[in-house]
Amino acid sequence: MGTDNSKSIPESDRDTLARRDFIKMVGGGIVVFFAADSTAGGAQFPGMRQETDLNAYLRIAQDGKVTVFSGKIEMGQGNTTALAQMAADELGTALESVTMVMGDTDLCPWDMGTFGSMSIRVYGQAMRAAAAEAREILLALAAERLRKPKSRLGIENGVIFDTEDKTARVTFGQLAQGRKITRKLDGKAALKPPSQFRIMGKPTARLDGVEKVTGKAKYTGDLRFPDLLYARVLRPPAHGAKLKSLDVSAAQKIPGVTVVNQDGIVAVLHADSETASKALAAIQSEYEAQESALDENTIFEHLVKTAPQPRSLDPRGDLAAGEKMSETVFEETYLNGYGAHAPIETHTACAKMEGGKMTVWASTQTPFMDQSGIAGALGMPSESVRVITPLVGGGFGGKSAGTHVVEAARLAKITGKTVQVFYDREEEFFMTAYRPAAVVKIKSGIDGSGRITLWDYNVYCAGDRGSEQYYDVPHSLIRTYGSAMGGMMGGPSQHPILTGTWRAPGANINIFAKESQIDIMAAKCRMDPLEFRLKNTTDARMRRVLEAAAGRFGYKPAAAPSGRGVGIGCGIDAGSYVAQIAEIELNSGAVRVRKITAAQDMGICVNPKGALMQMEGCIMMGLGYTLTEDISFRGGRIFTSNFHNYRIPRFSMLPEIDAFIVKNDELDPQGCGEPSVVPVGAAVANALFDLNGTRVFQMPLTPERIRAASRS
Amino acid sequence: MKETIQFTLNGKPTTIEVEGDRTLLWVLRTDLGLTGTKFGCGMGLCGSCTVVVDRKAVRSCRLPVRNVNGKDVMTVEGLAQGDALHPLQKAFLEYGAVQCGFCTPGMLMNAYALLLQNPDATRDEIIQGMDNNLCRCSAHTRIVQAIESVSK
Ligand code: FES
Ligand code: FES
Repeated sequence: MGTDNSKSIPESDRDTLARRDFIKMVGGGIVVFFAADSTAGGAQFPGMRQETDLNAYLRIAQDGKVTVFSGKIEMGQGNTTALAQMAADELGTALESVTMVMGDTDLCPWDMGTFGSMSIRVYGQAMRAAAAEAREILLALAAERLRKPKSRLGIENGVIFDTEDKTARVTFGQLAQGRKITRKLDGKAALKPPSQFRIMGKPTARLDGVEKVTGKAKYTGDLRFPDLLYARVLRPPAHGAKLKSLDVSAAQKIPGVTVVNQDGIVAVLHADSETASKALAAIQSEYEAQESALDENTIFEHLVKTAPQPRSLDPRGDLAAGEKMSETVFEETYLNGYGAHAPIETHTACAKMEGGKMTVWASTQTPFMDQSGIAGALGMPSESVRVITPLVGGGFGGKSAGTHVVEAARLAKITGKTVQVFYDREEEFFMTAYRPAAVVKIKSGIDGSGRITLWDYNVYCAGDRGSEQYYDVPHSLIRTYGSAMGGMMGGPSQHPILTGTWRAPGANINIFAKESQIDIMAAKCRMDPLEFRLKNTTDARMRRVLEAAAGRFGYKPAAAPSGRGVGIGCGIDAGSYVAQIAEIELNSGAVRVRKITAAQDMGICVNPKGALMQMEGCIMMGLGYTLTEDISFRGGRIFTSNFHNYRIPRFSMLPEIDAFIVKNDELDPQGCGEPSVVPVGAAVANALFDLNGTRVFQMPLTPERIRAASRS
Repeated sequence: MKETIQFTLNGKPTTIEVEGDRTLLWVLRTDLGLTGTKFGCGMGLCGSCTVVVDRKAVRSCRLPVRNVNGKDVMTVEGLAQGDALHPLQKAFLEYGAVQCGFCTPGMLMNAYALLLQNPDATRDEIIQGMDNNLCRCSAHTRIVQAIESVSK
């Protein structure tokens, strides 16, 4: 111990070299490196981890301060704070001693991207293991230094002491001084059990709060460079349209404007963003767009007609036998159109080429994928591209894709200047990779006693997330036709516009369909919807969240429609269980949600304050896809252009939200950024049915659809 | 054509030479380096560019900078007094009204002007007065609580 690299894990020369580089960059102390096989990147997506991944998890510096490196990014979900809590607690130091470095490809371990609510449950757990390992190193060093047996030592606030003689003490900083210890994580050090948590499990305020309320917080667009040029890129009027003619002469005449027409990009650049926008408007261009009959009404038929072969999941029993067993069979179709992410910060990237190295600051959820994307596009080795992720002003799945990053890099290379590409709002609506429109067809059945006997579930374009069977159905089959990623993962796309991931991809429509169907069956047998669910599931976690939500809400059983306007929805997402009860009224034909009670079992909850903020945010955002958000388009042309024709939730829609955590410390931390968004549609649709017997099968539940449904 | 525009910015007399039809938003962000004020929509629809001009909330993305000549402009950077946070800023932190934080400057400035006009705004008045400020992280519950705690 105490010398360079005390462990004799064989490493390639390249590894050692890269580690030396890393140490040179961040300084000495005690550094725990990523292990190739056992941890975060690899565990998320086996086989996809990059060869170049040699960065460290954490470093304890000679002043005792801890730096944690995470390839995840902060977009408001609060993972920075929760991860710092995990590191501090596992090490035994103060939260204030921990600094998080997020989403920097030169410093952080490779990461697939920040989505799927995996920051805490996957990366966080692996990073905790690194912290536990570092703690064991510190304890061994302290034992040697204090000449005490390791078993007698305690740790608190970055100080290790003899539990029997507290004057014998040494700080993390003293132990790290003059050392260069590097370790490769072997995952053998035990994690602290919840009973020993001091920082985890405590409601903790965001670490980035002060900078955000003072306006000091830096997002990509806030970075200032003396030679900064704003670039506006010419977009076609419709996806798939071909450029026929182009005249940039008027733009070129505007003083200070640089016009680039190269490598498939037409862009105008200027030091002032408004002048760049004016130059863009001055470009004369003609496009030829293909005519298309596809719009927000005809799309669903098209998706079913052009569906790829299905993938079958979780087959149980035999559908024909299930149908025979059923006294009543229900066949319904559920629809949901395209949805936009609409983060308040539009896609932004800033790039600078210096000495053969391309540095790109980006509003992104996927810095490492962007790094390889840029390297590929520019024909540079990955090591020569560094992506840094400043604070991100909201992502919701929409910043896992975007051409902005590559465009900024290309333009920086072409002009030799620092270039910022940012989408204006209309461009954001045009360029975003929409949540795909989707169709769910369900054929289900019940026997005379109200037991579900048949579940024939077919989902088009939403994938399987949220379709898991948590009811005890003897004859059940789930078939997915196409994924919720649309064309994003490179596969063929059935969509006329770009599609991709949207908070809990696919799960919102799946849970809406599934939980609506459940209520339809419950109503048929005049059974209370909660009782019907409990009768049909033995899943202990699901029962617990349902019962907890009902208890908290003061739920009184009644068959729907009861006239009260109370509805239930539940689901599983990212390992967490959620149940919600909505109470609604109709206000000149529109749904007004009065209250939502929401229970969530997410295993160990690292930051209860942050978790409740995520739950509340999920629920309020969920009201948008449920009630108001819809995209209007024809073919590749998108008519939705700004917040006046894409109505996201606003203060006047705010219900009373009573969100709470159902404690489950037996289980490792599960996802939190998405689960509570998934049952909102179902809970509200079921509440509408409970109010007046109107069943709406398509989200959003607009006044027109409600009126049409109540007539039929 | 460049014009000379004089105004008070966060308490300081300020003189700039700019084209007067440029928007206050971009002059603040680019020429004056005050990047706390954000671009969200450019059409007066989201409120993330809100600043306070002569004690009223204004969407700076729609305001030609020449219109602030002779006026008093306050941005989020002017809310705290040195290290002492404004009560609204403290409340936003305490109640957890901040997620990604991108809407936060606009929310704070809109709330600040709201309370200037109506210091004991009720919950309903707050909801009404904030309705054109959008937050996609959907932190509404806590934003309302935070403003309520400073009102009355
Ligand atoms: S940017 Fe001014 S209101 Fe949206
Ligand atoms: S906190 Fe992210 S938009 Fe409001």
